[in-house]
Amino acid sequence: MSVTEMFSYIQGFLSADQDVREDIRKVVQTLEQTAREILTVLQSVHQPSGFKEIPSKCTKARELFCTVRTQIADLKTKFPVEQYYRFHEHWRFVLQRLAFLAAFVVYLETETLVTREEVAQILGIEVVREKGFHLDVEDYLAGVLIMASELSRLAVNSVTAGDYNRPLRISNFINELDSGFRLLNLKNDPLRKRYDGLKYDVKKIEEVVYDLSIRGLAKEPESVGDK
Amino acid sequence: NIEGMNKRDGKSSIRTAPFPSILDAFLMLKHLFLIFQQELDTKHDKYERLVKISRDVTIESKRTIFLLHRMTNVPDPEDVLNDAEVKLDGVRQKIGQIAEELRGEDIFQFHRAFTPGIQEYVEAVSFLHYIRHRSLISLEEINARLVFMRTEKADAKPLGTQVLTFQVTPSDYLLGVADLTGELMRMCISSVGNGDIDTPFQLSQFLRQIHDGFSYIGNTGPYEVSKKLHTLRQSLGKVEDACYTLRVRGSEIPKHMLADVFSSRTTLIDPEEGVV
Repeated sequence: MSVTEMFSYIQGFLSADQDVREDIRKVVQTLEQTAREILTVLQSVHQPSGFKEIPSKCTKARELFCTVRTQIADLKTKFPVEQYYRFHEHWRFVLQRLAFLAAFVVYLETETLVTREEVAQILGIEVVREKGFHLDVEDYLAGVLIMASELSRLAVNSVTAGDYNRPLRISNFINELDSGFRLLNLKNDPLRKRYDGLKYDVKKIEEVVYDLSIRGLAKEPESVGDK
Repeated sequence: NIEGMNKRDGKSSIRTAPFPSILDAFLMLKHLFLIFQQELDTKHDKYERLVKISRDVTIESKRTIFLLHRMTNVPDPEDVLNDAEVKLDGVRQKIGQIAEELRGEDIFQFHRAFTPGIQEYVEAVSFLHYIRHRSLISLEEINARLVFMRTEKADAKPLGTQVLTFQVTPSDYLLGVADLTGELMRMCISSVGNGDIDTPFQLSQFLRQIHDGFSYIGNTGPYEVSKKLHTLRQSLGKVEDACYTLRVRGSEIPKHMLADVFSSRTTLIDPEEGVV
């Protein structure tokens, strides 16, 4: 094979690779759009009016996740399944966002931590790489950390909206989350940096709880069953 | 610590299904994160092992390249070529270890760990190939030699031989060849210093073809290629200048001074100085 032939072959390969990436980019754009729509729905829980409508917001969000499942099904067809990590960078950001949104919906519904399996189910993907397009554990964890920030904001806005008990429950939850994350041996990577932000969320929520308790505004965390 | 938990709550909390108590929820969460810990640790450990092997591959490949550069000053060049081949066999064994680690994995998840070593190997093996054959080794030829036989055993009973392969990606191949051009440029300069005035012209033509190939690819390749293109142009420039100087002034300059003439791209020599 001559030099020219070799480069010609490589150029063909690179060109085909670019085409695949272009296809992937197009689908990822649609996913990002849907993710923004879900976020818009869920953001409204921070307002006093939205607060009372949490169940209906969750239902609406779940409907939008149907669209997400369709779009991801489309994404899966754009590349060979065993080359997930070759193209992973293209959807990493939006997948983390979607994991966050799924975790947020589940928290609003049940005040518990969504499992990786549940997120995968909501998104219509696998948990185990060998089975197909999957949710990488680091993307799941990143989504959970994004949710932690959202919850620290929710704690603040709950008080503004007149709910003095929610912040205490959020506080317990975030503290548990923090102790869970402490079990991980993280490397100096983006996940580690994101985890470093968790302590600020913890602190912010602690301050809210403190503000409430010294003013005698906070009662014991009530049972979730009462709601 | 169940007592500790109850004291902290003051009273037990009742949750809707699936968790009967906060304690259960907490233990469940801890259990989940221990699984994550294990998964992440396993991945990180594999990544580190691959980084270590890749470093060994880099070092041995670089040493092979230095060995090949020494070839011109040696009585029996064939010996050097054989030594180099032996060294590269050792490197291939290391790449076999990489293939072993990657068995069952998505290779792209760990690509950053071993790509430096693989690029260095491509550089070394293509250098040896050029010296022997005066041509560019193809990706196919490289990958054909990265086939490993592994005997599978369980409970000391041989289960049979498995074939393990490592595939160099077109992109790593490209980057390795880009680095090769730097070594070829050095080879050109040193060959002139040894009175070999044929090699520079061969190299010039070869490098030009490679350069044209890279120009054809442009920036559809990985972005590192664009960075290396700049160095490639410099190397090509040095070689072309060497050929020019040889053509115009070659007969005027004594052999032992030829090396000095080409030691820098901007060297100009007063014709009178060169004449002995």
